[in-house]
Parts: sequence; C-alpha cells; structure tokens
Amino acid sequence: MNVAVRNTAAKPDVAALKAQAAKLRGKIIEMSHKAQAAHLASSLSCADAMTAAYWHVLNIDPKNPTDPQRDRFILSKGHAAAALFATLAMKGYFPIEELDTYCQDGGRLAEHPPANLLPGVEAATGSLGHGLPLGCGMALAGRIKGENFRVFALLSDGENNEGSVWEAAMFAAAQKLENVCVVVDYNKWQATARSNETLMLAPLRDKWAAFGWDAHEIDGHDVGALAEAMQNIPNGSGKPVALIAHTVKGKGVSFMEDDNNWHYRAPTAEEVVKSFKELGLS
Amino acid sequence: MRNAFADELTKLGNDDPRVVMLSGDIGNRLFDKFKDKHPSRFFNCGVAEANMMGVAAGMAMNGLRPVAYTITPFVTTRCLEQIRTDVCYHEAPVTIVAVGAGLAYSGLGPTHHACEDISFLRSIPNMVVICPGDAFEVRGALRAAMQQDRPVYIRMGKKGEPVVHKGPITDFKIGKAITIEEGSDVCLLSTGNMLPEAIEAAHKLKEKGISAEVVSFHTVKPLDEDKLKQAFSRFKLVATIEEHSLIGGFGAAVSEWLVDSETHAKKFLRFGTPDAFFKKSGEQEYAREVLGLTGHQIADKIIHALS
Repeated sequence: MNVAVRNTAAKPDVAALKAQAAKLRGKIIEMSHKAQAAHLASSLSCADAMTAAYWHVLNIDPKNPTDPQRDRFILSKGHAAAALFATLAMKGYFPIEELDTYCQDGGRLAEHPPANLLPGVEAATGSLGHGLPLGCGMALAGRIKGENFRVFALLSDGENNEGSVWEAAMFAAAQKLENVCVVVDYNKWQATARSNETLMLAPLRDKWAAFGWDAHEIDGHDVGALAEAMQNIPNGSGKPVALIAHTVKGKGVSFMEDDNNWHYRAPTAEEVVKSFKELGLS
Repeated sequence: MRNAFADELTKLGNDDPRVVMLSGDIGNRLFDKFKDKHPSRFFNCGVAEANMMGVAAGMAMNGLRPVAYTITPFVTTRCLEQIRTDVCYHEAPVTIVAVGAGLAYSGLGPTHHACEDISFLRSIPNMVVICPGDAFEVRGALRAAMQQDRPVYIRMGKKGEPVVHKGPITDFKIGKAITIEEGSDVCLLSTGNMLPEAIEAAHKLKEKGISAEVVSFHTVKPLDEDKLKQAFSRFKLVATIEEHSLIGGFGAAVSEWLVDSETHAKKFLRFGTPDAFFKKSGEQEYAREVLGLTGHQIADKIIHALS
C-alpha cells in the first residue's frame, strides 16, 4: 500500500467501526484483568477515537511501520497504553499473543509505551505534555522534507494541566501546522479528582480556539463523527485542528462509567464476564 | 565562542539539508546568515523551552539534525525532562548548545548562572557532554556532534574568550582530550571556558620551577580514560578545573572514575564552584576571583599542596 495516497472521500462504515471499538474495549479489559494494571477507565474513554484513527483515518501500513510518508499517531496520554497496544496488535504491527505479556517481566509492553522498541509506537509517552511538542517537530520535519503526512496527538483532559501543552499550542498556531490534529479525551476526570475542580479547563474549546486553533467540540463516542472530522485534516482552515471530544471515563461498561475508582482498579474475572456481556462480546 | 558557533552552524547548514536551527528567542542578529541561507530551517521557538526541546526531538526522530540553542539554564534545567525523555530516551540526534556556561553571565545574577548543568546532563543515559575550551573547539565539537547519531550537549562560554588553538582542529574527536602544553610535574585537566585560567596557572607554576601539563578535557562524557590513566600515573599531582559545581561536575566524574578503576592518585585537587549560589553582582572575572578560580589562585593552591 502506498500510504501517500489518501482516500478522503471514503465514508466511514459506522457499524463496522462500532463493532471494532467493542472488540478493542474487550481486549483492553482482558489485558487489565490479566495484568491487574491501572488506567483501564482512561483506556476505555479513548477507545472510539483510537478506533476511528486506526480503522478509518490513518494512512499507515503495519508491514512498513517506518514508512516516511505514514501518518503519525501519538498517544500523548501514554497511561492509556493498553488501548494503543491492543490497537497495534489488532492492526498487525506485532502478534496478538504478545498482548499476554502486558506488564509481565521481561516483555516489551510496560505500563506506558516504550521508545524504539515496539513497531507502531511513534513516541514514548507517559509523562504528560510531551506528545504535542514532539508532534509539532514531526510535522515540521515533514514540511522541511516535503512529505505531506499528518500528525494526530491524543491528549487527556488532565494533560491540559501541563504548561508544555500550551507552549506547543501557541507554537503550532504560529507555524500554521494545519496537518496537526489534537484530540482531547475530555472525560472530565483526572487521576484523583474532577478535571475542572483541579485546574479550570472550561471553556476548553474556547481556550484552544483562543490559542489559534480551529477548535471543535465533538461527541467522543460517535465513532463516525470522529472518523470524518479526523479524516478531514487538513480541513482548509489553515490552522491546526483541536477536537474537544466529550467522553465518559470507563465508557462501554455500565459499572465503570464515570466512576473514577476505575482509574486505578482492575476488573475481577467475574467483572470481565459482565463487561463482555454488556459489550456484546462472547 | 557564540560567533564561532553561529558561523560553523551556517557552514554545516550549507552542506547538510538536515541541519535545523531552533532558538529560544535569543541571538538577536547572531543567526542572520543562517536565516538568509536557510529560512525554512530556522525557528525562533520563543520563550518556551520545553516545547522547543520536544520539537527538536520530534524533528530528530524524523530524519533531521536539529540544534536547540539558548542560555544555559533555560536549555538545560528548564526543560530537563524533555531532554531526558524526548531526546535521550528516544536516542534522538538533537544537539543542545548552551551559551553562558558557568559564570559567563555572572553579572546577570544566579538566575542566569549555570553551575549544575554538567551534573544533570551527564547522568542521563545516551547523552554526550562536551565543554569546548575555545572558539576552535566549539567549531570542532559542533562538527563532530552533527556526525553523531545520538544526543550531544555542547556547553559554551559566551563571546570574546581568548583563543587558545592556533587554527581549526582538524582531528577533533569526541572523548579525546587535547594536550595544550606539555609538562612533567603536575597535570591540569581543564574543561570548558576555564582553559585560559589553566594556561595562566601553568605559567605561574613555571615561574616557580614547576612544570605543568595543560589538557583541554573538552568531553566530560564519555571520559578520555586513556588520558586519565596516563595523567594519574605520570604526574605527582593532577587537578581538574571547571566553572561548575564540585558536585556532579567534571571533577566529580574523574573522582568516580578513580574509585571505579581502582586507580591510585598521588595527589588530586578539584577546582570548581562551591555548593552555594553566587549572589554578589559583578562580572565573571570578579566572580572567579571571589571563588578562587583564577589562574594565579589555582597555581597558589597547587604550590601549597605540593609543599
């Protein structure tokens, strides 16, 4: 596949994307249970954005993960690594069985994405506020080298606490990086408290717009809308694009939704069964 | 040193389309030639060093050779995590160039002093730390850095320092110290902008009948172990000289090497800045005098140690 050729006209197959998102959630829940690892709810809230990106938007070839022309996707909220690992394995970047090694001794799948180790991982994240500056550098490298790839960075809402995010926001606007798209997974929680009671993010769309971005609010669980908005980058505004994606932490499993205990909790075997039932998985 | 840096960078930029210059809103007019020749490869990143370092890493991870430049504390401690995580963890070939090492900007006060950066940066895996001793070493270091496939930190003075070398150093090698003057009694290992003080110390020692070897130990990491072995076996006294804290700097690195290599030091002195902020106003020469870091003070202490 020549990733430089983009089919911007293709309409997303919403039913297929929804089914894929459910499968992705199931895989994430399995991994969290097996490893008894944290950040399950953070991984579930961005599962639809990940699905839209990897199953509709990104020009990527898992068989050629270092293709210079590929679109870059940076999981800036690196604590949702389970979502990224599951996605990459399901896309064929590495064997699906390797997901069983998540958080196990000696493996490649630590609790945050590694550097220079795992195909498909564009940047080692986990310390928040790093993904967007890196993404801006990647976008400028593309501009200098005459490559027209796009850069997507998925940020958490808590991550918007970091000053480096806003440094990068101003920089991207000044450089008119119209091929850069930020998706903010706005699930209204950070690790230990409500986001807006911690540092005032609201009005978050207005903030990004005031920083020079073409900023839009979007339903972060409407996988079709996400796919269309992300596929439309660059969108002709001449500006970098921010999609403020309203989400629910723990989305997809009723007893996890909007319950911040699931930032750290991992499910029991019984809870996995219940979750799968709700997701329509067997 | 900074003029040599700007000039050498422009030349490197002419030869290599991967060279990109990132400035943290300093160097007014310093980079005019680079900007004229390569407008699409110069970025004033503003007063936003964390972003600048992340941008540099992102560029380096995608085939470019960015140089990130501003005043020492701002291009090191201010964005230390970006250096550690974005640059070093990713093994991204970013060249970080700092101006105003040590007390070069003494008059600007402790916010602009930089006596801790070697310590921070040399502890980060994958990082190379170079402290050039004069303008020709800056040119050599920059050229060598751009041929590396890894992060490099170059710690410069400011401008107008005495030029020690007679011309371009064609065989500049990272990790290979340069002997400036040969001697037989004591060995002065100097790193960075203290080189002229080390030479002055050697001349004062000579007046007292003590023959001093002067070495520009420009690379603090990796250390030139051969040179260290030689120095500690041949001389009755070895001294490290740096405009940096005695905690974690060049002298500390040599001390660690001594212990780890089980090398015997007959006499070993470390000259550097104390564990204190330098709060008095005054220029670099004044600060050095107060801290006992001038050539004649170094010579006096060595004479005392030998007596």
